[in-house]
Amino acid sequence: MVYILATILLIVGLFGVFTQKNLIKIIISVSIIESAVNVFLILVGYRSGGIAPLMTEQHSQAEVFALHSVDPLPQAMILTSIVISLSILALMVAISLRLYHVYGTYDITEIRKARLNSKS
Amino acid sequence: MEALLILLLLFMIISAVVALYTEELLSAVIAVGAVGFGSSAVFLLLGAPDLAITQIVVEVAALVLLIRATISIGVKTTSAWRSGWQPKAVAAAAVIFLVFAFLSFRDMPEFSVPVMDRIADAPSIFYLEDGLSSTGSTNHVMGVLLDFRAYDTLGEATIIFTAVFGTLTLLRKRGKKAVNRNEYSGEKTSPKG
Amino acid sequence: MKNRSLIIERVSRWMTPFIFLYGVYVVLYGHLSPGGGFPGGVILSSAFILILLAKGKQQALKNLPYGLAKKLDAIGALAFISVALLGFVFTGVFFANFLQQLWPGEPFHILNAGTIILNNIAIGLKVCASLFLVLLFLSILRISFGKKGQMQSMEDR
Repeated sequence: MVYILATILLIVGLFGVFTQKNLIKIIISVSIIESAVNVFLILVGYRSGGIAPLMTEQHSQAEVFALHSVDPLPQAMILTSIVISLSILALMVAISLRLYHVYGTYDITEIRKARLNSKS
Repeated sequence: MEALLILLLLFMIISAVVALYTEELLSAVIAVGAVGFGSSAVFLLLGAPDLAITQIVVEVAALVLLIRATISIGVKTTSAWRSGWQPKAVAAAAVIFLVFAFLSFRDMPEFSVPVMDRIADAPSIFYLEDGLSSTGSTNHVMGVLLDFRAYDTLGEATIIFTAVFGTLTLLRKRGKKAVNRNEYSGEKTSPKG
Repeated sequence: MKNRSLIIERVSRWMTPFIFLYGVYVVLYGHLSPGGGFPGGVILSSAFILILLAKGKQQALKNLPYGLAKKLDAIGALAFISVALLGFVFTGVFFANFLQQLWPGEPFHILNAGTIILNNIAIGLKVCASLFLVLLFLSILRISFGKKGQMQSMEDR
């Protein structure tokens, strides 16, 4: 059930990427896709009643701890993915600001029209 | 527990739909912030406090970036959607995608059973058992990230470096040479007197 | 930018040291508690971004000059690589945790995890400097609307 919900979130983002005209809306859709994928991968690694992969003084037996903790591997990978998504967002915002600077609009169909006009 | 999770995911889906359908860009940016904070709450429920902290902080920075891109240059509302056959085709593809995802989820382990319980020698079990003795880090996420799988972090740092310097190159003020070339368009070799 | 609110200015002046301190804590205790280099770096840069948003560009550049930010970015990347190379020198494996293997510390203590804490500091510096640079360039950039001549000449080419 929760997997399906995460997939629906991904599909909403994908739909936005393909159907929106505005560049900012497209950036927003990409970030929705990113958070959907992150949530899905964390859902896969969850154990019912699991504790966070942080050892404390009470849980210092490694073998016992391994039976109660959630999966640390997807968490580490998603931690890098979140920061990458921020830098990619900055790159996308920079590109769209430059496009706005040149063409005066965020609408990609108008940008394409302007490019075609300038070429011919 | 699972009911709360479903509620949070529904909240995220609703705010994603609002972010796509609203006309005003400020509302869209705030709604995508709601998606990010919802995912942060999901991480906190699923036993990932590192991710929750990172997601909250990153979401705030992303909101600042997006608002800088929209509101402060005066763009307030969006244009219409794409019309014609494209949205229908995308919707059909989305339905097909959802059906295949539903079929493939039957092969996955149930929710609240991690993959590392299914496989006998999964790497995660090794990380959890040997993490403290071989890295000394009690936070196993950091142990995996910076010791066992530090090559991934190296690649990630490379990506950040490249993306940030691409951003800085794009946003830099136009240099002297480019301005001159624009003023004398077509006569690139002629020096400015 | 001219009609800045007095409340925002005062509150940001009081909040900034605490945000900075929390960022340093998150970076240094990344191997014991939730946190680490990435969120700590973003928190550190958000302290500077708060100054940038509340008090303007000049004040932010007084706190973290442009050249220093560029140097910090490079130093962070270089420190990360050099820690990895030191592991290669000491034990023969790239990215080996040589400090923990040679001098193991006691668990649940800050001087414990060997190179993880050094890597955390390096990544924290790098993320902080690069995010601050991005926001600084975004605030410097002015979108010009009325320069029809420039657009014309770009389209002519």
